Amino acid sequence: MHCAVLQFPGSNGDIDALGALRSFQNVTAELVWHQEKSLESFDFILLPGGFSYGDYLRCGAIARFSPIMHAVQKAAASGTLILGICNGFQILCEAGLLPGTLIRNRNLLFRCEERLVRVETSDSPFTKKISSGSLLHLPIAHGEGCYFAREETLQELHDKDQILLRYATSKGEITKAANPNGSCKNIAGICNLERNIFGLMPHPERACEELLGSTDGRIIFESILDHVHSGARSSL
Amino acid sequence: MSSLPSSPQLTPSILAEQHGLSSEEYQKILSLLGREPNREEIGVFSVMWSEHCSYKNSRLELKKFPTTGKKVLVKAGEENAGVIDIGEGWAVAFKIESHNHPSAVEPFQGAATGVGGIIRDIFTMGARPIFLLNSLRFGPIEGDSLRARDNRQLFSGVVAGIAHYGNSIGVPTIGGEVYFDPSYNGNPLVNAFCLGVLKHEQIARGAAQGIGNPIFYVGAETGRDGLAGAAFASRELTEESKADRPAVQVGDPFREKLLLEACLELLASGCVAGIQDMGAAGLTCSTCETASRGGTGVEIDLDLVPKRSSDLTSYELLLSESQERMLVIVHRGEEATLQRIFEKWELPYALIGRVTDDGKMRVKRGEDLVVDIPARALADEAPLYQREAAIWKAPVPLDLTTVAECDPMIVLHQLLVHPSIASKQWVWRQYDHTVQTGTVVPPGSDAAVFYVREANKFLAATSDCNALYCSLDPYEGAKIAVAEAARNLACSGAVPIGATDNLNFGNPHKPESFYQLRAAVEGISEGCRAFDIPVTGGNVSLYNESQLASIDPTPTVALVGLIEKREQITTQFFKEPGDLIYLLGELGSELGGSHYLLTAHGRKEGLPPHVDFEYEKAIQKQLLSLIRAGLVRSAHDCSEGGIAVALAEACFGDSKKAEVQLLGACIDLGKKGVRSDVALFNESQSRIIFSTKAQQVEQVEQELQASGLPFSRLGSVTKETMLSIQLDEKEYSWSTAVLHHSWFTAIPHIMQS
Repeated sequence: MHCAVLQFPGSNGDIDALGALRSFQNVTAELVWHQEKSLESFDFILLPGGFSYGDYLRCGAIARFSPIMHAVQKAAASGTLILGICNGFQILCEAGLLPGTLIRNRNLLFRCEERLVRVETSDSPFTKKISSGSLLHLPIAHGEGCYFAREETLQELHDKDQILLRYATSKGEITKAANPNGSCKNIAGICNLERNIFGLMPHPERACEELLGSTDGRIIFESILDHVHSGARSSL
Repeated sequence: MSSLPSSPQLTPSILAEQHGLSSEEYQKILSLLGREPNREEIGVFSVMWSEHCSYKNSRLELKKFPTTGKKVLVKAGEENAGVIDIGEGWAVAFKIESHNHPSAVEPFQGAATGVGGIIRDIFTMGARPIFLLNSLRFGPIEGDSLRARDNRQLFSGVVAGIAHYGNSIGVPTIGGEVYFDPSYNGNPLVNAFCLGVLKHEQIARGAAQGIGNPIFYVGAETGRDGLAGAAFASRELTEESKADRPAVQVGDPFREKLLLEACLELLASGCVAGIQDMGAAGLTCSTCETASRGGTGVEIDLDLVPKRSSDLTSYELLLSESQERMLVIVHRGEEATLQRIFEKWELPYALIGRVTDDGKMRVKRGEDLVVDIPARALADEAPLYQREAAIWKAPVPLDLTTVAECDPMIVLHQLLVHPSIASKQWVWRQYDHTVQTGTVVPPGSDAAVFYVREANKFLAATSDCNALYCSLDPYEGAKIAVAEAARNLACSGAVPIGATDNLNFGNPHKPESFYQLRAAVEGISEGCRAFDIPVTGGNVSLYNESQLASIDPTPTVALVGLIEKREQITTQFFKEPGDLIYLLGELGSELGGSHYLLTAHGRKEGLPPHVDFEYEKAIQKQLLSLIRAGLVRSAHDCSEGGIAVALAEACFGDSKKAEVQLLGACIDLGKKGVRSDVALFNESQSRIIFSTKAQQVEQVEQELQASGLPFSRLGSVTKETMLSIQLDEKEYSWSTAVLHHSWFTAIPHIMQS
């Protein structure tokens, strides 16, 4: 699998993502500068965490206009797998590739801690190797991670099985106390209707080795790898 | 020369006085120049000869620090930060710096730019910044008083400011300390530490080398922010200080991220002859310091400096402390390399001058000569003062008969909810401490541990200072700061390799403050000599005064250590029921300066605990030997709140995990015939609580007996979440769930009020 990790000038999770991807067998990964215009040679595109262009406006609001995003739009339309982590998720929402938006955490404070997320469905290239209902320990680190969308959108996300991850308790319950940022329906990650684009606020790339406390992020990358290698394409 | 002030009454000597220069200093300027200085030159002298830039009141004391060692690659004072060898061709650059005054008047930006400044100091050395710590002090935050509300605002503003800058730039904040005490009312302390990693051959120098080499200004445009901030930081804070808000800079972490990446790319290209950040005293300081270090001169033209507005005066351009700017001297012919890199990162850059051979700092504005001063005079010939030190009045030893024996059941709760001891999770969960995927032990244990992936090394870092001890006896207090920091490293499995210190004191013209400064420097020096740790640099912040009095002397010590192997990384949390708990060291008996005395009795008095370095070193060495033999599952030092607080904290479980995993402990302290408060809450030094697997008890005890050091087996870790302590046939028993709840929620509760 040949992976692109996009590098906006204010990305700060780019190197972490590159390192995590390269820790898998049969994976090559490289950084792609935001001024580039093509992503054609890649099987998988990752938009990393960070503060793309400073994000003094709404997070990701400027990044959606960057040259590389035309290539991302094109790749998205052709069914290439795209993963947006944290700021990457914000950018995908701003670019209209995912529904809804991410707003300031309800308590207005940045939150960095390990959280539990419940995998809601195995029916996606990103979660195909995880049984639905499993809990993952993943770190979060964001100030604007409160997922927000209109009631109809939320209903549609639910009906079309597009909610992939929700914040949960250790017993797998979806409660207010388990929700670190006030996200609607405890949403931590969603995919698009075509199921080839996934955005999430937690950081799977920071949970890929025992040394850092959790390896639960690996199974997301393993799912992606499995999907790409099996040659499957999401239904368009 | 630009003309002298137009107002006839405003003579240069009056102007100098208004800039805080003494008449003695003004006379020195006259003799250095051989003429009267103009307004710009007076401004330049006033910032360069301020305490913040010149250390004129402290430099003679700072010479007492041990600064050499086999692993020291760049010594204290030589450059922006010291550099220490960590093996295999790798090195670390690190330093701590204060931003107290700016944070007092504008907490968010003050703290944010403090972080920005220290990060720049590190990448100026050619190192990639990999983590941050910070050491904070505030007035009390509990209650409804106006003062408490102010303190809460300062506290939350400072934490948010640190988070804003560090999180955005992507350098994890992995540790530090926060204390609260009335002496910091109106004058909080914000000390930020940064560490970076580099290869030996990547060390960059802040010297203007090579006559004729071009001097570039790179980074953000100059504005009016932070005008003469260094001089501002070298005065006492008053009610009027709020009018000094323009002296506080505004930070832009995104710009700094670009600057960081551009500068590291530029340094890697090999075209840089010298590089210096524009921090305190901005353009002035960076030009005269690089010239002085290079033994050269510099000539720059202010017309060429990128500006936020075209009407900035020469005076303003010279003294502005706008953030995210650097001065870069490249080898002649390499101008295009710099252009290419700064265009890629979309940052302003401008060729503003050349390195000259006449030792002068010469500043022009177009055709006009604005400043013409020998660079060395500015950077290195500031007057040095030996201030008057008060005669030491030893504190009165505590008379125990005047201390009522409080009920330990209540006291342990009181201690755990005291904001200085309570969980700081409310603080550090606002800091991104997991970015860069290297944080192995996050904030919340004795020391933070970071994996330096590129070098395959494990570093531990901590910052410590019990200012309550220092207020009673600055010498002993400073010694303890070193001993405790080293003990925290030992408890994480690390051996110290270098120290940086931040000396926060009151007005040095007050003999008592100056005595405290001197005694603390001597205490730190003695400690660092004993542990053979070189001091690689640091920062002095004087004039920390609020309306009532000076702050408690706060000589913060940050230590960096190396852990040999991954298996040796140790945390303070008990691991498994059935493990046995040991005390390495004596039970202790010193209550002077303790947090028990402070919280239960409202008394800040007595002799602080004493530390004997030979004994302390033996204890730490013994612990490390057990850790290396694989015999230690957890280790925690006894500090504020004594053994009772240390045991409770060890039961609270790994703070890294999403779910809290509480344990209990069943402890028997035996028949000691001592008061319960003395036994449980004394703060005697050189004591470590550690746990070990039951199967390894024999091996542990054999080793300890052979060492001849005092130790005792206290009990065992239990599944039942109770902390039970037996003492003199009495049993004290607490639910660790209840203790944890009090400790964990204390600060969030206060901050929500």
